[in-house]
Amino acid sequence: MSAKTDRIDRLAELTAARADEGGHGLWYEAFKRLRRNPMAIAGAVIVLVFVLIAILARVLAPYEPDAQTWLGETSTATMTFPGARAGNLLGVDHLGRDMLSRLLIGSQQSLLVGVVATVLGFSAGALLGGVSGACLGLFGTAGRRVDAVLMRFNDMALAVPSLLLAVSVATLLGQSLITVMIAVGVTQVPVFARLLRGSMLAQSHSDYVMASTALGVRKSRIVLNHILPNSLGPVLVQVTLSLATAIIEAAGLSFLGLGGVDAAHPEWGFMLAESQQYLSGALRFAVYPATAIIVTALGFTLLGEALREALDPKLRK
Amino acid sequence: MALLEVEDLAVTFHRRGTEPVRAVDGVSFTVAEGQVVGLVGESGCGKSVTSLALMGLLAKRGVTVTGSARFEEADLLQMSPSSMRDMRGARMAMIFQDPLSSLNPVVPIGLQVTEVLQRHRELRGDKARAEAADLLDRVGIPDPTRRLKEYPHQLSGGMRQRALIAMAVACRPRLLIADEPTTALDVTIQAQILELLKDLVAEEGTALIMITHDLGVVAGLCDEINVMYAGRVVEAASRRPLFARPVHPYSVGLLASIPRLDAPRGEKLTPIPGSVRDNIAWADGCAFAPRCTHAVEACVEGPPELTRTYTGHAYRCVNPVSREEAEAVAAPAVLPTPSLTEATPSEEESS
Repeated sequence: MSAKTDRIDRLAELTAARADEGGHGLWYEAFKRLRRNPMAIAGAVIVLVFVLIAILARVLAPYEPDAQTWLGETSTATMTFPGARAGNLLGVDHLGRDMLSRLLIGSQQSLLVGVVATVLGFSAGALLGGVSGACLGLFGTAGRRVDAVLMRFNDMALAVPSLLLAVSVATLLGQSLITVMIAVGVTQVPVFARLLRGSMLAQSHSDYVMASTALGVRKSRIVLNHILPNSLGPVLVQVTLSLATAIIEAAGLSFLGLGGVDAAHPEWGFMLAESQQYLSGALRFAVYPATAIIVTALGFTLLGEALREALDPKLRK
Repeated sequence: MALLEVEDLAVTFHRRGTEPVRAVDGVSFTVAEGQVVGLVGESGCGKSVTSLALMGLLAKRGVTVTGSARFEEADLLQMSPSSMRDMRGARMAMIFQDPLSSLNPVVPIGLQVTEVLQRHRELRGDKARAEAADLLDRVGIPDPTRRLKEYPHQLSGGMRQRALIAMAVACRPRLLIADEPTTALDVTIQAQILELLKDLVAEEGTALIMITHDLGVVAGLCDEINVMYAGRVVEAASRRPLFARPVHPYSVGLLASIPRLDAPRGEKLTPIPGSVRDNIAWADGCAFAPRCTHAVEACVEGPPELTRTYTGHAYRCVNPVSREEAEAVAAPAVLPTPSLTEATPSEEESS
């Protein structure tokens, strides 16, 4: 008898809800999975370090980025530039400025452009995709027409290579930091629009939408309460991945001389462009900013990919 | 007067490049106030499509719905989308097959229940939450106030189905349609859910359309039973006559194919030969004829008419099963299965 009751007691123990098990949502579960993934940790650490550096750049930088303190020691004619040494950990550039300070300050520009451009692209894209998806999924023939028109324009934008689109926008609007943000943001819009629309479309055929329709819930509520929250997962992943792309594209734009950079606000892409002339004498001029760009982009990509895996219901347990 | 009168309901799906499919082909039945009506048949016989058509949940494009369905003096099939929305959830509601996918995974249960209360009963805030907790309590969910804050994945399968039932009965509908509500659940939970539905229906006097392929469910719950095959009702009768003396060879086949506990060891099950795809169009004769053991020449000469006996037993067959044959399969089926405790008292004591 005891063996049997013991077994039942254990079963009850196992199946009973634990006391600490409060109302955890999908996001909490995703976060728990994320914490177990080494890739996610690596990505998160890189991103965190990058953000901290950008915020604290002015404090961390040993010198002013535009102070040509060691101009006397450099010579472009003989390609002699002081390398790494006690005072300048990463050496001195062709105008006698401290490389480390310039790299650190440069991170500010990258973070600012990356975040603002992605927020711009996300807002506009989500609005466009959300309206399109809601129209297509719920408002019959008229809605399908609205969606068709919006999406054809979207497809046109999507067909243009993003750097070309960014260059065109930057050229049209003139050189400035804000231009770069808008230009990079614009290239993200069609991606977000397509993604959210597709995601909403998939959700609008799900059983729970049918179930709430069967309960007479209004369409607007179905879209806001049921379809949208379920469609945001892939979009959030895209936000993280877009940050990486935005940083690379911003660097690309200033590399091409469209960044509106001045000496006091160094930028990694612009530093890369400047380094071209001195590659034979000082390869490190290119290596440092390039590494910075690659590592930052890698950090965001790792985090984004891990997030995608964590949110994917098919990969759970 | 009956609460719901479905008359000649037909649903056709059109798709470019293929022949139109008649999923439901002239189904008629009535549901009285407080009555439990079963729609029984195997997968693909049109029972779910019938329910979706009644609820107005079929896609607008590529689907033609004809016939009529009078519910409380109005034709459900002619109603405007907005009055249909007011009707759904308030006057009639539906319970779906898969409780997990029918609940929104990222929204707590509470919000999904209060949503209905807000929509149809204008309850808001604390009032709505209190009523929602009350509802969960009524469908047998323990600790309802805590459950309201939980997400669907934290509930067990049975709990989820109870929550869905709570949402469906939130506004005390006159008609409840349950589309295989127990298919995704295991047997013990299945019994609990059926018991719950039975109680709710009895308490509120709600009419229930029970859609299932499980004759056991039907036998325990339904007053009237419609057996469907290939989009048509082939036999309709009250519970007792249908189980005691089935007339249509399809119903007889279904009853004969139920596995029995009292069958001798090693005895093979008696299936209905063929599969649902072996149909002929109703226009050419009886759709069941290719699989029917009773088929005669007359079966394929034209669509069989619905025959109605004076007892209200209706069937669509030209060569119905005789009384003796029907009783051979039906009689053991209605006998109560000997319960394990009665059959093996000695074993029970020794364990």
